[in-house]
This record gives sequence, structure tokens and C-alpha cells, in this order.
Amino acid sequence: MTAVIDEPTTRKVRGWAAPPRPVWEEAPTRAGLAGKGIVLVLACLAVVFPLWIVIVTSLSTRRTIDEAGGLVMVPKDITFIAYQELLSGGQVTRAALVSIGVTLVGTLFSMTVSVLCAYGLSRTDSLGHRWILMTLLATMFFSAGLIPTYLLVQTLGLTDSYLALILPSAISVFNILVLRGFFMNISQELVDSARIDGAGDFRILWQIVMPLSRAVIAVITLFYAVGYWSAWFNASLYLNDQNMLPLQNVMIQLVQKQEAPVGLGQAIRTGQLSGLAVQMAVMVMALLPVAVLSPFVQKHFKKGMLTGAVKG
Amino acid sequence: MSHSTVPRSKAEATKPVEEPAAPGDAAGPPDAPPRGKQGKRGKLSLRLRYRRDRVLLLMTLPAVALVLVFHYLPILGNVVAFQDYDPYISDNGVVSILNSPLVGLENFQRIMEDSAFWNALKNTLVLFFLQLVLFFPIPVLLALLINSVIRPRVRAVAQAILYLPHFFSWVLVIAVFQQLFGGAGIFSQLLRQNGHDGLEVMTNPDTFMFLLTAQSVWKDAGWGIIVFLAALASVSPDLYEAAAMDGAGRRRRMWHVTLPALRPVIALLLVLRVGDALTVGFEQILLQRDAVGPGASEVLDTFVWWNGVRNQDFGYAAAAGLIKGVVSLGLVLAANKVAHLMGEQGVYKK
Repeated sequence: MTAVIDEPTTRKVRGWAAPPRPVWEEAPTRAGLAGKGIVLVLACLAVVFPLWIVIVTSLSTRRTIDEAGGLVMVPKDITFIAYQELLSGGQVTRAALVSIGVTLVGTLFSMTVSVLCAYGLSRTDSLGHRWILMTLLATMFFSAGLIPTYLLVQTLGLTDSYLALILPSAISVFNILVLRGFFMNISQELVDSARIDGAGDFRILWQIVMPLSRAVIAVITLFYAVGYWSAWFNASLYLNDQNMLPLQNVMIQLVQKQEAPVGLGQAIRTGQLSGLAVQMAVMVMALLPVAVLSPFVQKHFKKGMLTGAVKG
Repeated sequence: MSHSTVPRSKAEATKPVEEPAAPGDAAGPPDAPPRGKQGKRGKLSLRLRYRRDRVLLLMTLPAVALVLVFHYLPILGNVVAFQDYDPYISDNGVVSILNSPLVGLENFQRIMEDSAFWNALKNTLVLFFLQLVLFFPIPVLLALLINSVIRPRVRAVAQAILYLPHFFSWVLVIAVFQQLFGGAGIFSQLLRQNGHDGLEVMTNPDTFMFLLTAQSVWKDAGWGIIVFLAALASVSPDLYEAAAMDGAGRRRRMWHVTLPALRPVIALLLVLRVGDALTVGFEQILLQRDAVGPGASEVLDTFVWWNGVRNQDFGYAAAAGLIKGVVSLGLVLAANKVAHLMGEQGVYKK
């Protein structure tokens, strides 16, 4: 894709204030400013408003929810009872732990394999470089299809195993290419001098290349982690045991199909807890890690989106 | 690059393993001549190159193994498309394949006569065109808007908010839409309190394709602006100044400076999108298939899922998947060809 690595912005002023306007630029009109502001606020509201009602409802007492006739827009009597119930053991607690575990292990595995491969392919004259690159690139053009993949996972005996959630989708060739593009741009003099000092390839990767690529590694890690956290389809295909399901699949059952959570039915029936608050709390649990983590990596997103062309 | 003038063979003769591989090449300037097959490469024996690069080869091994097993190996499994595949013979797919009868093109014939398949194809194309027309322009417009916001903090906050839904799972996005537009959603709730009927958007088959498009816009339109913002950031401010000096107002600067900068990116993304035309909304539709029924929602990917995973008619489903896969491959290759003809990079370099 287009090779734009850094933001060559000339107006580098931090904070809320507008940077000085260049002399040749016309003063903005009031109508123009207002129009822009309104559209921008509306676009942001379209994202924030639904999340707001979900979060507020999850924190509302049963009485507030009944008074509002359902979803709550204005917070009143904040309570964490829904979360306490969900996290005190039972179906949702287990599902959340499964999701956290699969995400951590899967992301670590994906990153290790991807970084190693990206470094291994970062020198265009190395042995077999072209063949390996072509082997990986070709997978961006075809897919073997759902049914053969399903039969393969079954044949490998991965059904009802968490490996089925990790291995088939462990690496993204696109991510490897992004990493590789960055590794290739690291000053060769630096790598050469380390090699003259006796460092091997693993050491060069660990002590020179990776520290210099922190930004892009952060982005790709987030991409992989979000992928594992959001995945539900493979679990629905390969896991038959209800107790093994990750959070997204439990969310399908509880929120979309409106089933009562296992072990919580009592608290809901006796009227202490609103079923709606429980549903919204499950949604908040699914969105919270993503919403908290992604802004930290935001300023590097461009690096993960745009790779230099596939060189070599 | 002074390194590259050092005669390679001399360095090689002394200590091949510690010789820095490809001095200067990876970091070379982009306009340097491409590494040719002439020159250094030919002079090294295979054995020396292996000794020099074996660690690199070792590093690529796990990824190559994963790709071979999970991307290349299943291609062989497409043989079930030509079989009356019986999944109950054995848990081992290989045993089942070996013991299932070959039926030639029977599965493909059945597909051609299956109105459900044609309906799925129609839905796929309708959804593709709807998304092209209704989704595609939004990130461009949003990027222009964000780009014109010059207060850095406002810009960062707006970007953070607009990017966020991209990181949500489809399960969450659809659950959010349920809370807004579902029968018990916030808008139905407000309508009922004012004596109207609630909404039925989430279960209405007639408008389902529009609902899918709206969900895609909510999830990914914000994320889509990144590419365009990068293109806009690469425009030299001197161009704007020069245009202003020549008397171009806001509108003409937009038309003659900003839009030409976006054009190649827009063209490239359009081409790549067309290459992906048959792959639309799989997870998203699967989650809502029950609510609106297969007639309105089935696309090619869900058709394969339904017949294979649900109905256990693996040969039939694999045949449908194979048709889709082959046509998609053709589309992707054609799209890249077009990208190259336009002087763009596409997914791979020519």
C-alpha cells in the first residue's frame, strides 16, 4: 500500500488550542465552523450514546430500570450488583477467564511466530527468501474454504481443545508483512556493528531490532489480541462443551438469545437483580478491555495500517 | 552505500558466517537499483548461503509450518466437493475421504439447480453493491472533516472515539444495535412511551441489507479514515500555500490539491474491495440469520456453513465453497491487475 510512515504535519502544537493560522489562509467562517462542529459531534455521539446507555443500565438498580421501562439514559443509584453476581463464579466468570487465557496465550504465540518470521524474511538476499515470501503471500489470494478447514481441524483432533481457537488463525500474513517492512527499515549499520561485535541473529532481533520497533509491535500485538478477544466463530464450530465457551459465545446466549445465565436465575427471579442489567454488564465486560487499551496505541495505528510495499 | 562496493567474495573467503548479510541492501535508498540476479547472489555457493542464513530459515519455520498446515493442506480437502462425503465413517477426515464414493460433478449439478444457492449469490451481490455505494464514501468524507480540525487535542479525541467500534466484536456490535433499534431497544421504548408502536428493524427481512450496511458503517467507517488521513498528511503544505498565492479559494484548493492526493488511495481501495466482492458479512449475518430467516440473509459464505456444518452435507457445501473460492481468486487477481495498470502497488508487486 501507500508508504506513509510518519506524520509530516507542520502544525505541531499540543493541547486544545488551535495553532496559528498561516497568513495565506482565509479566516474560517462561523457557519463553516458550526457545521463542521455539529457533524463531528453527531458522529462521535453515534458511537458514544449506545455505549453510554449500555454502561449506565448495567450500573442501575432494578428499580431505576423498571421506572425507565427498560434501558436507562440518566444514571441514578449506581450499583455494582450485576458485576458482583457475574464475577462471583459461574458461567460468565468462567467464560471471562477462558477469554482472557486464550487471548494472552494466543497473542503471545502469534507475536512470537510473526516477529521471528518477519525478521527471518527481512533480508532480501537470504537463502530461500523469495520462495518463503511467495508461500506466505499466496495465502492472501485464496482460502481453502470453510469445509476443508473444518474437516482438517477435526482430523487433527483439535475439536474440544483450546488449540482449535488459536492454531488455525494464529498468524496473519498481513501483520507479518507490516512487521517485516519495519524491520527492513532499521539502519543496517546498526545491525552490522552488532554482528561484528559477535551478536547472533536472535540477539540482534531481541536487543536491537525489537526495541527499535516498539511502536509497530504494540500495534500488531493489539491487532492480534483484539482478534482473539473478539473471536466466537471457531469456538462455535469446534467446542461442544458448554463449559469451555469464551465470553463472546456466552454473550450470544445471554444477550442475543436472552437466556438466563446459569447460576444467576435465582437472583433475577427473586427480584434483587434485573436481567437487563446483567445482560448489559456482560456487554460492558466484552467492550471494556478493548476500549481501555486501544487509545494507548492509537498514535501508532498508521504504522500498523500502512506498510511499505512488499519489497524483494 | 559504501558497503556495497566491498568485493563480496573476499569477505566471504575469510569468515562466511559472520559476514553481514546483504550489506546496505535492506537499508538502501528506495531508488537504488533492485538487487539483481547478477552480481553477488550468483557468486555464493548454496552451501555457504545455507551456513550464513540457516538461523533466518529457522526463524521462518514456525510461520511456514502453520501456513502449510492450515492454509495449503486443506486445499486437498476440496476433493470432498467431488464426493458423496460421509462424515460418520470416521472422526479422521482422511479415512472418511478415502472411503466415500466419488460422484464426479453431481454436487455442482445440484447447486446449479438449487434456488437457495442463486438466492445466496443474489444477496451477496446486493450487499456488496449496497456497501460500495453507502459505506465507501463515508470514510473519505469523515477523513476530510477530521483533517480540517486543526486543534490537536480535539482531533485526537475524535479519532479515538471514531476508531473504537472497529475493535468491537460482531457479537457486541449486534448486541449494541439490539439495544438501540430492537423491539426492546431504547428507541422502541421511547416510541411506546409516546403511544406509538415499537420498531421492528432488527427482524424485518425487507430492510435487512440496509441494517447490515448500517452496522458495517458504525463498526468500520471510523477506522477507514486512517488510510485517507495518511494520504492527506503527505500533501506538502507548500502546495496549499502556492495555490492560495495563485488566488485559489478554499473550494478550489480542495478540488485541485486535496482530492488529487486522495485519488490514488480511493482507486486502490475500490479495486481491492471489488476483489473481495464475494466475501461479505459472514459473521455478522450468521449472528442474525435466525432473526430474519435465510431468504433475506443468506450469502454464499453462510450458505456453505448451513449446508456443511449444520446439515452435514459436506460434499455439497464444499462444492459451493469451491465455486466461491475459484471465482474469488479470479476477482482478486483481476483486481490486482487493474491496480497495476493504474500504476498502483496492489497486494503484490509486479
